[in-house]
Amino acid sequence: MDNTKLLDIDDLKVSFFTPAGEVKAVNGISYTLNKGQVIGIVGESGSGKSVEAYSIIGLLQSPGKVTGGKITFNGEDLLSYSEEQMEQFRGNKVSMIFQNPMTCLNPVYTVGNQLTEAYRCHRKEVKKEDAIKQAVKMLELVGINNPERRIKQYPHELSGGMRQRVMIAMALICSPQLLIADEPTTALDVTIQAQIIELIKQIQEKTGMAVIFITHNLGVVADICDKVIVMYAGKIVESASVEDIFYNPKHPYTLGLLRSMPKVNALDYERLIPIEGTPVDMLNLPSGCAFGPRCEKCMKICLRQAPPKVVISEDHEAYCWLLAKEAYEEEKNND
Amino acid sequence: MTEDKQDLVVIKNLKKYFPIKTGFLKKTYVQAVENVSFTIKKGETFGLVGESGCGKTTLGRSIIRLYEPTSGKVFYDGEPVYDDEEKKQPDMLYYRRKMQIIFQDPSASLDPRMTVADIIGEAIDIHKLAQNKQERFEKIIALLDKVGLNSEHANRYPHEFSGGQQQRIGIARALAVEPEFIVCDEPISALDVSIQSQIVNMLEDMQADIGLTYLFIAHDLSVVRHISNRIGVMYLGNLVEVGESNEIYKNPLHPYSKTLLSAVPVPDPKVSRARQRIILQGEIPSPISPPPGCRFHTRCPYAKPICKEAPPKFKELEPNHYAACHLFSN
Repeated sequence: MDNTKLLDIDDLKVSFFTPAGEVKAVNGISYTLNKGQVIGIVGESGSGKSVEAYSIIGLLQSPGKVTGGKITFNGEDLLSYSEEQMEQFRGNKVSMIFQNPMTCLNPVYTVGNQLTEAYRCHRKEVKKEDAIKQAVKMLELVGINNPERRIKQYPHELSGGMRQRVMIAMALICSPQLLIADEPTTALDVTIQAQIIELIKQIQEKTGMAVIFITHNLGVVADICDKVIVMYAGKIVESASVEDIFYNPKHPYTLGLLRSMPKVNALDYERLIPIEGTPVDMLNLPSGCAFGPRCEKCMKICLRQAPPKVVISEDHEAYCWLLAKEAYEEEKNND
Repeated sequence: MTEDKQDLVVIKNLKKYFPIKTGFLKKTYVQAVENVSFTIKKGETFGLVGESGCGKTTLGRSIIRLYEPTSGKVFYDGEPVYDDEEKKQPDMLYYRRKMQIIFQDPSASLDPRMTVADIIGEAIDIHKLAQNKQERFEKIIALLDKVGLNSEHANRYPHEFSGGQQQRIGIARALAVEPEFIVCDEPISALDVSIQSQIVNMLEDMQADIGLTYLFIAHDLSVVRHISNRIGVMYLGNLVEVGESNEIYKNPLHPYSKTLLSAVPVPDPKVSRARQRIILQGEIPSPISPPPGCRFHTRCPYAKPICKEAPPKFKELEPNHYAACHLFSN
């Protein structure tokens, strides 16, 4: 892994303008991704993890809009790209795999047709026969037996795990520098999930691409990621290396998530400790810390003012008043 | 610890086939559940795990006769609920009061045009559990209270609730008839991580309070282990292993249980990266034409010639630990 910056997200804000009001789905997040790094973005549904990824690749749909911030990829500002530039960029430099492989493949085209389309879109000079060869090679890479026969088949003839493999082959056919995987294993069974994760890991090691892995499953994160970002209500609450997130979590929400899961290796029965309350209503975000109303250690200031960023170690940051002692004292004195 | 408990639900050679093509001479079936036998003891939680399409939901629904079984027997408290040799039909309304179900998708299992009070009250009306309107209302409020909702929620519609709250309504509806046995069909898989543990704890509390018996169907193995006393592992319509939950996790006997357990993601980076995963080759075969012999032999790393010929017998290999595999037959 080299330490050159690939992607830099700075104070990104994305809002959806709905009839009921503005929903701030992503509310000022910043992080960087180095070349060859695997980063996990964890959060509940509605925490903005997918929206954030969609805005990188320019797939945000109306009424969603980037309202502020900067996305820099390899030193270039992605938000200033025109539609044509974005088309060249998408699938070529960055590609994405989605949660539901059935709805992402076109049912009326063969697998081979869809694979070669992705390739020839970006490599205009390539002949059809060469594109087919490349497609066969990609299917082999993702572990599909008998690829010559498979490229003539339609998506409905493949099983769920196989379709996800085809999706991965399609995403990787132009050898992108960054792969965004949006809950790629959520719709799959545990045994197939294990196969797909193993596959992504292998390909990542072989090609050295960077991966953004979006999931709500902390177990998957533990297995594949170098760095983890925990999101809640459109904001980052904690970001750290995978070891720090699991062995030294600082934010009450991260801690709560870890405690609410049954331990697979527990020797005796241990009662789960849930996070009380319900996820936030994104239309009426509380002022102050969004997690405050559900936090067991909530203080008065948490409900009034958004928590500051606290740097715990070089790559470990959390946003919580509990950690910001000095700032908290200062606030108290000002009252 | 479960030995002295009495059997509540006994399932014998239960089969459920779904016809998919009815031709003139040839009929094709999906063999969803094939010859499954096990017992559920009073007051315990029996977990059922397996990949999607292995027939665990069909089995759960066949037991309470939401699906009409193809053949076999189901006994509840010693009395037949379904018996393919018996002509006389049991009084199902009586058993519906004893056996209830909680569904996977909370938003799809609640009628969007009924208020919460009516959804819960419907069961009370059908079974005539309330003498008058006042009593009916009081019962509904008590049920809402039990599942962590309050009286002001009674007149709202399902869409006004979050997923976790909708699941609570589904649980209140199942509890309305004061059942003894509840089939929990993936009750938490549609919920957010932080909400899942709330529902799991609530189910455990209710079991402690009123002595419910659960059949807990799920594909999240860590949750199943947490909540269950005993676990059954299913593969392609067959029950391949049954045992106490800790025993299954520490010492799985059937090769399929071993692979299933090794595939579970562990939320601990050191453990997760250090352990050896058994990655199965291939996909689950179609239940329309399952492989002969042991149904797992096409993917089993230890398959022997006999596995292709004869289906293995379900045997007690260790005390209270049953498995169906030729590897243990000598």
